[in-house]
This record gives sequence, C-alpha cells and structure tokens, in this order.
Amino acid sequence: MTAVTVDDAHGHGHPEMTLRQFINTYVFSKDHKIIGLQFLFTTLLWFLVGGLLALGIRWQLAFPWQSVPVIGNLLFAAEGGQMSPEFYTTLFTMHATVMIFFVIIPILAGAFGNYLIPLMIGADDMAFPTLNMLSYWFMWPAFFCIIMSFLNPPYGAGAGWTSYPPLSSVSEAAPGSASAQTWWLLAVTLVGVSSMMGSVNYMTTILQMRAPGLTMFRLPLTIWAMFITAILQAFALPVLTAAGFMQIFDRMAGSGFFVPEGLVINNADAESGGGQPLLWQHLFWFYSHPAVYIMILPAMGMVSDILACFARKPIFGYKPMVYSISGIAGLGFIVWGHHMFVSGMNPMLGLTFMVATMMIALPSAVKVFNWLGTIWGGDIKFTTPMLFALSFVSMFVIGGLSGIFMAATPVDIFIHDTYFIVAHFHYVLFSGTAMAVFGSIYFWFPKMFGRKMNETAGKWHFFLTFMFLNGTFFLMHILGAVGFPRRLADPYHYATFKHLLPMNQFITYCAIGMVASQVIFAANFFYSIFKGPKVGRNPWNANGLEWMAPSPPGHGNFDFQPIVYRGPYEYNSPEVETDFYPQTQPPPDGVEPAADEAH
Amino acid sequence: MGRLWSLLFLTVPILGVAIFVLAMIPGGVFDDHWLPVNINEHGQIIDDLFMFILYLTGVIFIGTGILLFWFLWKYDTETRTEPVKYTHGSHTLEIIWSILPAATLLFIAIYQMDAWASHKMVPPVDDHGDPKPALVEVTGRQFEWRLRYAGRDGELYTKDDIFTVNDLHVPVNEQVVIVVKSQDVLHSFFLPNMRIKQDVIPGMKQKVWFQANQVGQYDLVCAELCGWGHYKMRGRLWVDSADDFAKWLEQAEQEQNSTEIASASQE
Repeated sequence: MTAVTVDDAHGHGHPEMTLRQFINTYVFSKDHKIIGLQFLFTTLLWFLVGGLLALGIRWQLAFPWQSVPVIGNLLFAAEGGQMSPEFYTTLFTMHATVMIFFVIIPILAGAFGNYLIPLMIGADDMAFPTLNMLSYWFMWPAFFCIIMSFLNPPYGAGAGWTSYPPLSSVSEAAPGSASAQTWWLLAVTLVGVSSMMGSVNYMTTILQMRAPGLTMFRLPLTIWAMFITAILQAFALPVLTAAGFMQIFDRMAGSGFFVPEGLVINNADAESGGGQPLLWQHLFWFYSHPAVYIMILPAMGMVSDILACFARKPIFGYKPMVYSISGIAGLGFIVWGHHMFVSGMNPMLGLTFMVATMMIALPSAVKVFNWLGTIWGGDIKFTTPMLFALSFVSMFVIGGLSGIFMAATPVDIFIHDTYFIVAHFHYVLFSGTAMAVFGSIYFWFPKMFGRKMNETAGKWHFFLTFMFLNGTFFLMHILGAVGFPRRLADPYHYATFKHLLPMNQFITYCAIGMVASQVIFAANFFYSIFKGPKVGRNPWNANGLEWMAPSPPGHGNFDFQPIVYRGPYEYNSPEVETDFYPQTQPPPDGVEPAADEAH
Repeated sequence: MGRLWSLLFLTVPILGVAIFVLAMIPGGVFDDHWLPVNINEHGQIIDDLFMFILYLTGVIFIGTGILLFWFLWKYDTETRTEPVKYTHGSHTLEIIWSILPAATLLFIAIYQMDAWASHKMVPPVDDHGDPKPALVEVTGRQFEWRLRYAGRDGELYTKDDIFTVNDLHVPVNEQVVIVVKSQDVLHSFFLPNMRIKQDVIPGMKQKVWFQANQVGQYDLVCAELCGWGHYKMRGRLWVDSADDFAKWLEQAEQEQNSTEIASASQE
C-alpha cells in the first residue's frame, strides 16, 4: 500500500470537474467509501419504504376493513378505501422482503462493511474495487424487480418473504398475481449476487490487506464480525440462489421440484408434479437461517466498538467474543430446521435441530456477559451512539431469551406462527440491529462527512424510538401467548382472538409514533451533512485506525502509512497519560511493545 | 443526565415483568390475555414447559437488566468515584458463564424431549397395542377444512364415510387420532386450546392426536399462509359428550344419505 497525499490528490468539490469525472467519482465510483455511502443512502430510503409498509399492516390490524387514511381512496376507490386481503398479504410480504433483503443485509455489509473494512484495517481500498462497484450496481436490477413485483396489477407478490410453495410456485394458487412471484424471486436472487460479490471482496480484503502489525487478534470486533459474516454469506447463499432458480423453473418451465404429484389448486391441474414442498423449506432456511446471523453479527461487532469507546475500557474478553462470533456462525449452519418444527419434517430430526438451537444461545449469552463486563468499572459517557449501543444490549437480551421458547419444540407447537415469534424477531432485528445501525451512524458520521450530528436531537431520537419500539413490540409477546396468529388480515372473527383488538390498536399507535420519530433522525442526518459542526480526525478520542485518517478520508484513505502496535481497545491504559491509546501510536520510550493480551 | 438514562434502562426489567405479571393474573387490564384455556390432556405439559422457561428466562432478564442499570448508575462519568478498571477480562468468569448457561440449556433440551415425543412421536394405541385408527381425516384446501369421518365401521376410506365441512366434532374424554393433509397449498391445522399445530402438506399425510377433557366450542385456525383468504379459513372444533357425538354423527349420516338420494333421484 502506498501513502497518498490525500488533500490534493482527490477532486472533491473542484468546480472544474467535468461531468465524466463527476460520474466516475460519485456514481460509478470504485472508492469503497463512496460505495459505502451509496449503500447507506439507498438502504435508508428503503428503510423508510419498509416502515411505511409496516404501518399499512398495523392499520389493518388495528382498524380492520376501515378506510385507509391518505392512500385508501387512491388505491381502493372501489372498496371505499378499505384494503383488500390480497393487498394485505402483499404488504407483509413486501415489508419483510424490503427490510431483510434491501435494508438490513445491505446496510450492514454493504454500507458499514464497505465503509469501515479498509479504514479499520489500514488499507487504501478494497481488494477488488470493480467487483465492489458491481456489488452496489447489482442492487439496482433487484430494486427494479421488487418494484415490478410490488406494483404488479392487480396486486403484488403475496406468498410471504419465505415464498413457500405450492402457494408461490403454482400461479393458480394466487389468482391474479401473474408474474409477481417470478419478479420477487428474481429480485432476491439478484440481491444474492450482490451479496456474494461483497463477501468475496470482504474476505480477501481482511485476509490480505491489513496494515503492518495488524494481526488477526488485533482486529476490531466489527471487522471480525464482518469477516465471519462474509464467510457465512459465501457458503449459504449459493443454496438460496439454486433454490430460487428451481422455483423460477417451477413457475416458468414446467418443472416440479416443489410441486407434489396430482395437485389440484382452485380446480386447476398444477400440470407438473413429483416434487416436495418441504424441499424448498430446507433449501430456503439453509440460507435464511444463517442470514439471521448475517443480520445481527455485524451489529454486535459495531456495538462492541461503541461500548468500549464510551465506557473508556478495553473490551472484556476479546478472544471469547471472537470465539462466540465464530461459534454462532458455525452452529448457525445446523439450526435451520427450527423454522420447521411443525412443518411435517420428521419429528426425530426436529429433536436434533432443537439441541443445536438450544446450544446456539450459549455464545449469545457469553457475548451479553462480556458486554456487561465491558461496562463494569468504566467511565461511561452517555453519548447518542452509546445510548443506542446500550439499548442494543438491553433489547438483545429480550430477543435472545424469547428465542429459547421457540427452541423448545413442544412450546413451539403452540407459539409457532403466532405473534410471539413476531415479537422475537423484531426484538432481534429492530430493537437489536436497527438500533445498532442508528448508533453506528451517529458514531461514524463524523468520519463519513467530517461533521458531527446534533447530540440533543440524537438523544430525543433515541428516547422516542426506544419508548415506542417497546410499546410496539413488547406487547406482541402477550398476543403470542394467547396464540394470536401472524399474517391474518382479520384475526378478530376467531372467538379466541376477538378481545385482542384494543391491544393491537395500542401497538399501532406506538408504531405510528416510532415511524414519526424517525423524522428527527432524517432532519438531523441531512442537516448535519451540510451544517453540522466540523470535527477533526478523532472526535470521540477512539483508538481504531479509521480515526487516524482525515475526516472524511480522501481517495486512498490514509495520508501516512499506518503501523499497528496494539489492539483497538486500549482505553485507560497505564502505559500512557491519555485515556486512549491509538493503535498507531508508538509505545513510549522504555515500554516494551506489549505482547498480545491474554484475553 | 447519566442517572436519568440509567433509570430509563431500569424501566426495561420493571415494565417487562409488570406486563407479563398483569397478563398472567386473572382480572385487571389484561384480563384473558394469556394462554387460552387448555382442554387437552397432553396440553398441560406444554403449558408447564412454557411457564418453566418463562420463569427461568425471567430471572436472567431481571438479573442482566439490573446489572446493566447498576453499572450505568455507578460508573456514570459525571458521578463515578472509582478509577477505571483497566482489565481485558477474566478467564474464570468466562468459564463460569459458559458452563452455567450451557448446562442450563442442555437441561432444557433434554427435559422437553418427552413432551415432544408424546405430542409428535408416540401415537395412541388401542387395547391390543395397535395404533388407534383415525376418527376423521381433515383436508385443508383454499379456504376451508374438509372433514371425512369414519362411518359405522370405524374405518376411514370405506363406503360409509361421512363428509362434512369446517365443523370438527370430537368426543370428550377419548383419545382422538386425526389424519391431516392438504389438497392444494400449505395450511396449518391449529387448535389453540389443544396446544396442537401441524402444517399440512400436499402429498403427505400426518397424524395428530389429543384427548379433550372439556365439552364446548373452540376455534380451528389455519396458521400457515395459504393465499389471500388465509384469514377466513376458519373452522370450529366441537367437543361433545359421547352421546352428543354419536347423535351428531348419526344426524350427519342421515343428512348425507338424504342428499345422496335426492341427487340420485334428480339424475
């Protein structure tokens, strides 16, 4: 890697920049930072879309068959503004698809992975910049396909984000859905192509391009998490891609991978057969269960970095943290069957998946205890990123513990496909990952834009989101305990669930509040890009390599050759006077270069 | 401000526990917001396991929540009194907090196996030790439950089978075996009050079994997305006394015969 004289070499904001230069710098850029920001902006936009789709679901559950405000009369004029049950199925299908494939996975790996990996390992860029650029641009055909799927007249894909056949693979099962499901499959497959390009790149970069002195056990936990996530992606994704093509063939080419013999749907012959619907579930969850960890591990890594920085203490149990990430990833490959306990899979097989699933709670527990250990005896600074990181720990405990209920196969018989599971994965994915993402945006924003976000607005954003998310998701556990099923447009005609309407209305009010609170974030984000107070290289007094680069870093990242002397968590080290000890700072005279710490 | 934020995190275990307690105790704001009444002899074991896990996780939830609050309260930069504890961890603690949860989780894993087996792996037997024949075959289709009762001969798939839709009648205090299957897409045969849920798959037949201990009318829910009308795929479960069940079956048979005669005479 060569040292680049950054301030002159790159062309940011030069008035004489030609259109061609502009396009090469900001649009088809091969710079990992621009690609990271492209991912960030697009995924945040999709986050808004996914949130609004969720409000549509919440509206129907709180006020079933009542006229939908604002858009009701536009979309459903013939029905007096009330949403159709078909539209409801499309809503929850799209909400999940957008949030999983277009928000969480790309915002973690695409946005933060891209932006942070080279900076945190002291590299000037990714190993394969062109491939990196392609990984972003392959998202756009996916966007096109998912929009085609959603806007397909008269209604879009409605087989759930799990796309279980035969509902998804035999078009007669969803009359009028035409090719919506085919578009959906193409969209997910294309996202997979993008993720795969990213994974290959991240693995190579982390293995090959670390700065001198940066051994694997001196890597920040964010990078460890990104590295292991990339491995998970690379090994699990091909299965989903293959399964996606098999289902496309079932839909378009008359094959019958997932269609059983002699199927008659809606009085129409399915025309193919000999397949097995459960095969899809196995293939789908073989990817989509590891994907759950793809959606949480990077968040765990980033939270660890934020916690250490604002507790002003080294991470408690660094190596156990690394091992538990690896443990989660390893076990993550053999627990997919816990999505299928009541699917009709052999109950004996269910038992083995149950034991593996129980054991995967162990590394998660170890991580929680180590986070608590990190905070213990620290010098805690309640900044906005710290509040989000702390709430991640607090909320992840809930999401982790509720998982044990589902892992227990007999209990799962009752709570499977109820709101208990909806509560569980929203605690992991929203209260966990999304809160970690917010925290990370506040934390690394100064590096990305050279300016800081407003702290007061940030804390209001945190407080309101925290309150409303608990109001929204916590009560879903109670709904689940009653057996309230998910994916029902109108559950209230069942006598068992009739009396749950008021609780659902409360949840909907909280959900509206939660989405509305994000206005504070959006305003703060865009205002701060242009008008936020300017900051230097290291506004948080952190240790990581990324904080040694200019803010924002120019093309090539570092204006010096970083040489690493220690891990990134040496806060309040007795070796120096300051409470932080950057990785690149040479040890003071007379101090032996520290051997890698025992833990 | 640090103190206020610490208190905010303290509200998590307090409110979390309060909501669950309010839901569990009868009466109050969350009356009837808990596990629906269990009418299955095999169901109690699931409820007990649910409560066992709830108490166990509850203790961990409260413990970690209070620790988090206490550390934030005590080590807040504005008010802390002790110097920062510069440490990279503790080997002993790591071992303790790996082994304890591992043992607990392994215990839960083994402890529940019997319940799972009794629900899914050991179908009831008759007096001779043979598998008890199915009383009724339930077929899910968009968007209704078709039922086929073994008629007088007590055997399914014979000429005297009785066909009905959506109204599943079963006798009380008797082991009932049901064959479930699907005609078109996936459905899920969910009896909340029986703690029974089984996805039905086209091309596969599966068995569920229960012993109802309380007469009454309950819900039969489709719990697996099966298309636009999924929400309305509602069946009813009638648990009848032995007499009522026999009467109903007879009546159903008569109705079926009379419609058959009627349709035959029309031809």
